[in-house]
Amino acid sequence: MTALLRTDAVSKSFGGVQALDGATIEVEEGSIAGLIGPNGSGKTTLFNVITGYETVDGGDVYLGDQRITNAAPDKVFSAGIGRTFQLTRVFSRLTVMENMIVAAQHAERGQGRLRNPLARAGGPATRRRATELLEFTGIVGHAGALAETLSYGQRKLLELSYVLMAEPAIVLLDEPAGGVNLTLISTIADRIRELNQRGTTFLIVEHNMDFVMGLCDQVTVLDYGTAVVSGPPDVIRTDPRVLDAYLGTAEDDDDIAVG
Amino acid sequence: MSQGTVNAGPAQAGGTVQAPAGRDRRATAIRLGLLGVLLFIAVIFPLVITNALYTQFAVDTMIYVGAVAAWNLFSGYTGYIALGHAVFFGTGAYTVGLLTKQWKLPGGDIFALLPLGGLVAALVAVPLGLIALRVRRHTFVVITIAFFFIFQLMAFNLSFTGGNQGLSSPFFLWSASDYNNPFYYVGLIIAVGTITLSWLIRNSRFGLQLLAIRDDEDRAQGLGVRTMKVKLIAYAISGGISGMIGGLWWFFIGQALPETAFNPLFDLTVALMAFLGGFGTLAGPVLGALILEPLQQWIGITFTNGYVSDIVLGVLFLAVILFLPRGIVPTGAEFVTKWRVAQARRREPGPGGSAPPAPPGSPAASRTSTPAAGTPSTGTPSTGGVR
Repeated sequence: MTALLRTDAVSKSFGGVQALDGATIEVEEGSIAGLIGPNGSGKTTLFNVITGYETVDGGDVYLGDQRITNAAPDKVFSAGIGRTFQLTRVFSRLTVMENMIVAAQHAERGQGRLRNPLARAGGPATRRRATELLEFTGIVGHAGALAETLSYGQRKLLELSYVLMAEPAIVLLDEPAGGVNLTLISTIADRIRELNQRGTTFLIVEHNMDFVMGLCDQVTVLDYGTAVVSGPPDVIRTDPRVLDAYLGTAEDDDDIAVG
Repeated sequence: MSQGTVNAGPAQAGGTVQAPAGRDRRATAIRLGLLGVLLFIAVIFPLVITNALYTQFAVDTMIYVGAVAAWNLFSGYTGYIALGHAVFFGTGAYTVGLLTKQWKLPGGDIFALLPLGGLVAALVAVPLGLIALRVRRHTFVVITIAFFFIFQLMAFNLSFTGGNQGLSSPFFLWSASDYNNPFYYVGLIIAVGTITLSWLIRNSRFGLQLLAIRDDEDRAQGLGVRTMKVKLIAYAISGGISGMIGGLWWFFIGQALPETAFNPLFDLTVALMAFLGGFGTLAGPVLGALILEPLQQWIGITFTNGYVSDIVLGVLFLAVILFLPRGIVPTGAEFVTKWRVAQARRREPGPGGSAPPAPPGSPAASRTSTPAAGTPSTGTPSTGGVR
């Protein structure tokens, strides 16, 4: 077993708040890994640190053998890590297809289209791939519509679609099931499974326990910025430390707005 | 009809009804026809109207059309409001002025210096951009204004700029009757070139990156867009064109003073023109310049009090913010869309009259619903291609 993505004792503090405190996690290649923990435990901060949106105070991030600590977001994406956001972030005044083409930078770089910067955006191969992905996620009917006209759930699907444009080795999903109805949750789970079978590794932050436990091979629990326990879902479900992290004691109940 | 609408013109950028192919083609033909007519009028204008006063207005207008198109190419596309483009305008003017003096160039050859003025302005834009483009929104605006004051001060105080005497351009021994025409046509070439470039960029990968930065810069970077490089290139292109126009302006006006070449009103006027017509659209800023510059000139000769023009500029700024916050072109496009939808609705009433019928050809109408249909209404409901 080799770890595709690894954080090694990563620390990050915001002022007096220690968001990450020596967090060490490993995601095996080809797996669907879950990352759970109470609000403020540092899940999103860990995502931000991995994808270059925040710099670490200490520790390292590795993709395979490659050290990507503090690499800029565009470098991280080119290296093969795609991510979605907890609150969807699509390019609202671009069409869905244009959103897809923006993310095709990496793919197009190999096709020599970069030589002429004024070449029309999105070559036939890019558009074909975008259409395929939109069909896969079920929003191809909106390809020509402005992204701001999509519903919240559709935006989540668009985010998943355009992240896949660059064929990342690993996709980090920040609450893919958050604020989404039940039908769509199962659709999203199916799509993740299908992509995983085709070779994409996933790391998922999610509060919906059924979703996480049903989908993931390996679950890591984060509490106060530290990975407290890691294992298969059935083990995690019964681990006393998990209950402790979630229920805690009365004084632990302060939600820090970094989660 | 292709899936994407990356090739959408300025009107579609504001989101219009997705028309059937036939109507689409007709709309394109109408648009091209109108464009041809406009260009034809622009070309023959100084040949038909030979009054020197009016051709002078026309030159001023061309200068502003080019300047606002150049400004929009950066600010409109990226959403970074630059209020310091007078830096590039003035740099171009002074570069061309100093070179003309140095090389003692005669007659019409001087226009060959314009690209050089533009190049220097673009080179100046690179370090300024590297500093200013690190910050966003208000901070960016303030920093560009600060650049402007630094450059005006330098023009006043450096030894080679001529201080507050400025730089005078050579006299041209051209006939008085069509004296303005060379300036007009050079201005027209720059303006049409800039608009064409803006159009090419709008449809290109580069342009799409700029628009993505406007919508969500961090997300764009997270999808592999090299945001700093892309912003900087746009800033330098925009500054370079502004510099060329500054050079042209110097030849035309005959003198560059620190306070006229580096003029704060230049930045305000350009921004107002863009906002009036439609910030970020292709046609809007041009339309804004075509309305505002002749208007200002007309006020200038009608009212002897020189401040009337400034007051009108201020009032117009307020009026645009109050009544046309998005500008003429986007508001107009929306009006046309609403009208078309209303027309379509009248022609074919909805099935059973229950659901409001989607416009023909819109994705919502023609395609099956997605798994997301019926999602909780946490976000904006989908309305197909209409906005």
